Amino acid sequence: MSCGYLSLTDADREEMLAAIGVSSVDELFEQVPPGVRLDRALDLPPALGEADLVRHVEELASRNVHTGAELSFLGAGIYDHYVPSVADVVLSRGEFLTAYTPYQPEMSQGVLQAIFEYQTVICELTGMDVANASGYDGCTVAADACFVVKHAVPGRSKIVLAETLSPQVRQVVKTYAPGFGLEVVEVPHDGGTTDPERIAEAAADAAAVLFQQPNFLGCLEPAPELAHAAADAGALAIAHVDPMTLGVLEAPGEYGCSIALGEGQAAGNWPSYGGPHYGFLAAKSDFVRRMPGRIVGETVDLDGRRAFVLTLQTREQHIRREKATSNITTNQTLLALAGLATLSWLGPDGLREVGEACLALTHYAREQVALEPAFEALSFKEVAFRTPIPAREVVRRARERGVHPGYALGRDYEGMDDVLLVALTEKRTVEDVDRLAEVLAEVCS
Amino acid sequence: MTAPGSAWPDAPLLFERSRPGRRAGRPPRPDLPLPDLPDGLRRARPPRLPELSEPELVRHFTTLADRTFGVDTGFYPLGSCTMKHNPRVHERLAGLPGFRDLHPHQEDEAAQGALELMFRLQEMLAEVAGLPAVTLQPAAGSQGELTGLMLMRAYFADRGEERDTIITPDTAHGTNPASVTMAGYKLEKVATDARGNLDLDDLRGKVNERTAGLMLTNPSTLGLFDEGIEEVARIFHEAGALLYYDGANLNAVVGISRPGDMGFDIVHYNLHKTFSQPHGGGGPGGGPVAVRETIEPFLPSPTVVREGVAYRLDHDRPKSIGRVRGFAGPFGVFVRSYAFMRAYGPELKEMSEVAVLNANYLLARLKDVYDLPYDRLCTHEFVLSARNLKRGHGVTALDVAKRLMDYGIHPPTIYFPLVVPEALMIEPTETEPKERLDDFVDAMRAIAEEAATSPELLLEAPHGRPVRRLDEVRAAKQAVVRYLFEEHPALVGAD
Repeated sequence: MSCGYLSLTDADREEMLAAIGVSSVDELFEQVPPGVRLDRALDLPPALGEADLVRHVEELASRNVHTGAELSFLGAGIYDHYVPSVADVVLSRGEFLTAYTPYQPEMSQGVLQAIFEYQTVICELTGMDVANASGYDGCTVAADACFVVKHAVPGRSKIVLAETLSPQVRQVVKTYAPGFGLEVVEVPHDGGTTDPERIAEAAADAAAVLFQQPNFLGCLEPAPELAHAAADAGALAIAHVDPMTLGVLEAPGEYGCSIALGEGQAAGNWPSYGGPHYGFLAAKSDFVRRMPGRIVGETVDLDGRRAFVLTLQTREQHIRREKATSNITTNQTLLALAGLATLSWLGPDGLREVGEACLALTHYAREQVALEPAFEALSFKEVAFRTPIPAREVVRRARERGVHPGYALGRDYEGMDDVLLVALTEKRTVEDVDRLAEVLAEVCS
Repeated sequence: MTAPGSAWPDAPLLFERSRPGRRAGRPPRPDLPLPDLPDGLRRARPPRLPELSEPELVRHFTTLADRTFGVDTGFYPLGSCTMKHNPRVHERLAGLPGFRDLHPHQEDEAAQGALELMFRLQEMLAEVAGLPAVTLQPAAGSQGELTGLMLMRAYFADRGEERDTIITPDTAHGTNPASVTMAGYKLEKVATDARGNLDLDDLRGKVNERTAGLMLTNPSTLGLFDEGIEEVARIFHEAGALLYYDGANLNAVVGISRPGDMGFDIVHYNLHKTFSQPHGGGGPGGGPVAVRETIEPFLPSPTVVREGVAYRLDHDRPKSIGRVRGFAGPFGVFVRSYAFMRAYGPELKEMSEVAVLNANYLLARLKDVYDLPYDRLCTHEFVLSARNLKRGHGVTALDVAKRLMDYGIHPPTIYFPLVVPEALMIEPTETEPKERLDDFVDAMRAIAEEAATSPELLLEAPHGRPVRRLDEVRAAKQAVVRYLFEEHPALVGAD
């Protein structure tokens, strides 16, 4: 019996084969040389009807411990912020869900307008003039930015990364850099933050400097000083930022950055074991014609009505081919629109309140947890503690008590096997932090 | 305000619906002191996010959804994009708390269900490609391409060979040459012969010891299976080069012919095409890559491995090209594609058979009214040319596309591939019933007739959409790419 996703009846098939002038479907495949045909059925597990499929997949899902099944303080790049139900409005409308990239603007005004609104919101958050319609995630947009920089700063082929930038972001940049002809240099941190003088030295012959605010260790960087150190040395300053902190923290565009980018997940996407989420990429107007990816612009139709369309397409692969600013085609539009819905639901006051809640809870955790903070710098949304036993062991023991206490930084940083990174979103409460403090005291004694 | 009787209500921007002091979300505010932020770090001016109540916010997105056309709305034969029906059970499954709320840094032992799903998906994809090793990490087809090229570079570097050129056909998707540049390779193009296959003589003259590999879509963007594929593979392999399969058109051959059996060494899949991840107005996608044993050591880190009855992420891969995106890939996409393949089971071949049947039926019923540059049976898609209408009546492929909108049908891909003038690239997919195919045939035939009798219907189309044709030159020239608050002061409050 055919899968229910197919629509032809036997009578349809007969009629269609007759119209084509062949006697069987096999005849349609005579163009495939016999030597490369598969002469057996695919070796795949048996077909499941919808109810059986749901039961099977539910069983798989039940073997995962999700953020609702334990009290979780995991962050380190992906955060458990509240996703409002209006995000579902976007995600569940079949028109958004099942549309392609809006190549035909008359068929796609809705999604085009939504992307234009998303671009505006990202520009507002970051203090930039142009944002693209999204990149794959917070890692790949950093690699995209390096490609922009390579062409924008001729004669310089070095990229400086602060070591406090997300390890995964640094890894992805390093994977892409050889193809771009770029050398990557990392600047070590100094007690959890980056020293502007070391950035100034490293940036002397660099095309760009990339740092994160708040950084991966949960510390607030002296971001304006870092940006100015880069710019004074003739390098572009690029900030990797968290949208949910930008109601409280200054926009990178206001302190000298040329490009701002980051992982959008915190604003409107579920953790979803790492994806799909959206990366955002925004820049000052100087770079508008070098941006990678889709960009929606405003124009008018024949009757002078306002309308939206994919624009500046001469940057893109389907027009420029090997001379394009990127190879990106499919992006993360649907996830970005969930971000738009979420940020619109919050509004400026709500976004500031989320940031303030994270900041206050982080500060409270720093005081309540009877462990020494690993770094002196002010923490925002995440705080690192020194643990008397290996942090991975702390995680193991705490999880036995129903609390996931955070991320063991030794997974990425040498010499930090005894450092635990605790994330605090507005979904955690004062009581949750008290419980964390209690469990950490138990398992560390 | 919308005029009475207007079919399309006005769609003000979020920023125009905004009123100072209005809001939907009220986040929790813990009763705790707020530490001071150092000067220069605290935000000086709030971002101008829209201020709306929930009812207005929901109406806004509903209005925008109404002005968007998806597969759920109607027939969407956009060539090379595989716009098939997206089963709704996938959304329910991807939304299970055990998946949706699973943190990617969760310990492996607390994510066994997710890891098992990924491992099983890897195995099923490997079987479809006829290649043993799979990485799920790449986020989309283009990133799969780039990953494939990075794998080639790592493979040849490991062997101490210096090769700097990638060959692509003149029918290739634009992503192929763009990926070649991003990977630091030089590009060489090979011609297509009169039957739509790779021109073997041209190819033989271009493949040499500098050639790293070929990037090929098979069936091609013309919707034709390359009849000389075995010889093509021989030419590259004899020169010590590799073959890369762009999986954009895999929907034509699943269970019929496997890229690994055709001679390809590296393959990317588009989970958002063949395996039914919804396109989402542009994304997300998924671009897993399968490879031969000899290339497996270079796959991105981490991979999903099985040890006894347990699964884990393997980060210890010394020869790996590194990480190409965050975490282990777009997991929610994997849930959908896994469910899709499980719904078909071993009969997945029928998906491709029906896709090819549907395309050939459309081709048979349209080739007498539009030009057919390569007169063969097609696979899952085919390319017609509107050059006969252009010569005869002065209407173009673009005009045909715009007129189709008035019939409630999304236009096919136009002006691609570049080797066909006035190209109309049509891909119906397997999920369409015969009635929808017939509607399309009727519309296309009616349009060809209109081109002769009343060409202005085409030239001025569309007539029934929220907007008419756009001034795209103005959009590119003025480049208004964000809302300009300063030009609309009255709408954003007194300040």
